[in-house]
Amino acid sequence: MTRPAVRIRDVHKSFGNTEVLKGIELSVPKGSTTCLLGPSGSGKSTLLRCIAFLEETTSGLIEIDGDPLGFADPGGGRSRTRLSAGDIRRVRAKIGMVFQQFNLWPHMTALGNVTEALVTVQGMKRSAANEIGNQQLARVGLSDRGHHYPSELSGGQQQRVAIARALALSPDILLFDEPTASLDPELTGEVLNVMRELAETGMTLVIVTHEIGFAASVGQKIAFLDHGKLLLDGPPAEIFGTPRHPRLEQFLETYLDRGAATLV
Amino acid sequence: MSTRLFELMLWAAGKTVLLSAISIAIGLAIGLLVCAAKLSPRRLLSIPATVYVSLFRGVPLLVQLLLIYNLLPVLGILVPSEVAAIAGLSLCTAAYQAENLRGGFNSVPRGLIEAADMVGMSPWQQLRRIRAPIAFRLTLPALVNEMILILKASSLISVVGVIELTRMAQNLSASTFRPLLFYSVAGAIYLVICWLVAGGGSLAERLMRTGSSR
Repeated sequence: MTRPAVRIRDVHKSFGNTEVLKGIELSVPKGSTTCLLGPSGSGKSTLLRCIAFLEETTSGLIEIDGDPLGFADPGGGRSRTRLSAGDIRRVRAKIGMVFQQFNLWPHMTALGNVTEALVTVQGMKRSAANEIGNQQLARVGLSDRGHHYPSELSGGQQQRVAIARALALSPDILLFDEPTASLDPELTGEVLNVMRELAETGMTLVIVTHEIGFAASVGQKIAFLDHGKLLLDGPPAEIFGTPRHPRLEQFLETYLDRGAATLV
Repeated sequence: MSTRLFELMLWAAGKTVLLSAISIAIGLAIGLLVCAAKLSPRRLLSIPATVYVSLFRGVPLLVQLLLIYNLLPVLGILVPSEVAAIAGLSLCTAAYQAENLRGGFNSVPRGLIEAADMVGMSPWQQLRRIRAPIAFRLTLPALVNEMILILKASSLISVVGVIELTRMAQNLSASTFRPLLFYSVAGAIYLVICWLVAGGGSLAERLMRTGSSR
């Protein structure tokens, strides 16, 4: 059996006295699309940010393709050790991230955003980086927008540039943190379509979303979180098929008018 | 006013602009260092920077100028009064510019830094490519403001014996007995210079695209 792309082992996370993740165990198989669902405050975004090491877990371990990220288990029952900044960067290079707020750098064009790390981090020549950048912008349907600044693009276009920026570094795993949550409803489709195409290429995707219809049709694995615990974990047919877990039923009712109707 | 007298006023205006520009530039360099020290987690750096800012912001510039002018000879440093004036203006504006820069750096949205983290940029690469350029754009309006304040505050350096625009107007008023004329001309020249600086600032802001999302 191959190693999972992401393995989460007994992860706890507290902010002050509030424990938002209470012992999460989850593994993300390679080449699959995993959707993290759950009500607001369930901890799904925090879990995703822990996978990216943008948040440090309070205890537990996270492995990316078998390599520990952030903290390692020295074995022999001793407490976990913190890895060096260099080790963290090396393992994190396998991950790309797409944020709810896009987080494009406002002083760079779309192409500049996509090629920045190729030039600055990888030391690639400007011309070679631009070639890759233009390819990735074409992949998200924005070949004609390379020279536009983020402020000149719609929200949906900005998010697609952000996806191209992550893809340019050819990550093994792409994480999405509510990628359509700050978009106008008519702009979510273009972003979801790009994500659907990525899923079909067999890239490993981990998506935090409220788009339940999308999760049900594209996801191969659904993880449902509630109050910091992983309540359900399985293929969509099993999770969404009847009988449903009462908490999930309650959650779906809240979102029925937002695409989940397709399930019923 | 004769052409000769007007030429003297313009010469003095040139000196005001030159001394202000040098002071702003030196002040920006010192301000960057003070800002870096103040943002440092090391208290050995941040505490002196905080003390510096509160001292130079808390004492009137006029008093600072008189202190520096009188202190330098006591320390055995004999310099032209222009140098003493530049020292006073630079040290004072540095305190304000350090605070403006700190505000700029602290206003860089966290998400933009997280995005830089996720593409593997080292802290130095993030500073050079993301944080500093964005902070500078955020700070630019405050920098233009500070330039205008220093241009006008440079009238105070006449007290340490530098002949700049205000002092020249004073001298010519005294010798021609026409104070209203010369102070009006001085005021008008300050106004035009400040207007030009402000205009240049807006132009720079537009060219640099502050990137505010719509």
